[in-house]
Amino acid sequence: MIEFHLDVRSGVSPYLQVVQQVRQALRLGLLREGDQLPTVKDVVARLAINPNTVLKAYRELEHDGLVAARPGVGTFVTRTLADASLAAHGPLRQDLRRWLAKARLAGLDDESIEALFMTTFRTAAQENIA
Amino acid sequence: MTAVLRARALGKKYQRRWALTDCTLEIPAGHVTGLVGPNGAGKSTLLNLAAGMLTPTAGTIEVCGGRPGSGPAQLAKVGYVAQDTPTYARLTVSDHLRLGARLNPSWDDALARRRIERLGLDPNQRAGKLSGGQRAQLALTLGLAKRPELLILDEPVAALDPLARREVLQDLMEAVAEHGLSVVLSSHLVADLERVCDHLIVLVTSQVEITGEIDGLLATHHRLVGPRRDIATLPADQHVISASHTDRQTTLIIRTEAPILDPAWTVSTIGLEDLVLAYMGRTARVGSGSGSGRRPALEVLR
Repeated sequence: MIEFHLDVRSGVSPYLQVVQQVRQALRLGLLREGDQLPTVKDVVARLAINPNTVLKAYRELEHDGLVAARPGVGTFVTRTLADASLAAHGPLRQDLRRWLAKARLAGLDDESIEALFMTTFRTAAQENIA
Repeated sequence: MTAVLRARALGKKYQRRWALTDCTLEIPAGHVTGLVGPNGAGKSTLLNLAAGMLTPTAGTIEVCGGRPGSGPAQLAKVGYVAQDTPTYARLTVSDHLRLGARLNPSWDDALARRRIERLGLDPNQRAGKLSGGQRAQLALTLGLAKRPELLILDEPVAALDPLARREVLQDLMEAVAEHGLSVVLSSHLVADLERVCDHLIVLVTSQVEITGEIDGLLATHHRLVGPRRDIATLPADQHVISASHTDRQTTLIIRTEAPILDPAWTVSTIGLEDLVLAYMGRTARVGSGSGSGRRPALEVLR
């Protein structure tokens, strides 16, 4: 069982934070197939958030095929995310390190690097949608 | 969608002053709706109309399918905790619970006693001797134990310290999850509303500025920052909520359903607080008089 937390300053909507925390736990192997997610009532009573927020998050996870709701019992993990992509992290991190070194060599400071990464990331994400 | 509250062209006039004008709203059942706006905007008037404590001067309001305050059956469906969390000063805590049990057909005595015990309230203490926070907790206990379809709360957490505030909201959300009750609450604490509400109403100078599902509102409002620009040149589907300009730069908060394609803008999302402030600042800045029908178009400040 995992526990959720909420960062109201993050600017990420509460429902998305719940989704991201489940995905993160799946990726890190903290949640495995068959594990139960906290019930809506438990999450709500702990975090003082709207039940519809939790339901929406669980529905989205269900839609992605990561969890399944068993009526009257609870919501259970059906698939894990700690898969082959974990193996790709190493080489990708190396590439990123090389790129970072290049950026510093070109005279970019931390802020510029972050700004460049985020704008490129967002543009690429938008192009994928369009 | 079934509506728990439906208002059409609703208005309320106190002697000469309109406290609420042309209010048309629909609040879906099973949701928690936040009501925000500056002091004196008409929030309490709207809530009092919904509870049946006031009768409308104009228009209609329907709550849980009936006219507010129209009879015992209607009163049983709606719980209302007013702004100053009124209790009877000379009655004890347990007197209040007995009163609640006698007056409310669907009273949940177990819930009431459990809550009083957990809060550590002495059943023999007179309500007049309780602290502000304890009184608020007692009033909320009565509201929850009544087991209404709709619970209306006017500034329920204003008198509470942060810990008590969190506990009240936790209990409230638990009740929503467990009993599927609908809640309408007014508050100045937008951070709390962001946690607990999924619908929002912004009321400014007696008029509804915007209402809707919070996720939808946040997804359709954006902050645009870019080179200075006349807002008259924006695409027709981009509605400017607030605008500020410097010599070279323009910062806008806009509402649009469509993607923003102009590469000159740096587009970012806004939080609920920014959204609320943008709407609250809107009417204040243009200085519109209330009740005079259409409000003037937004002026650009330089």
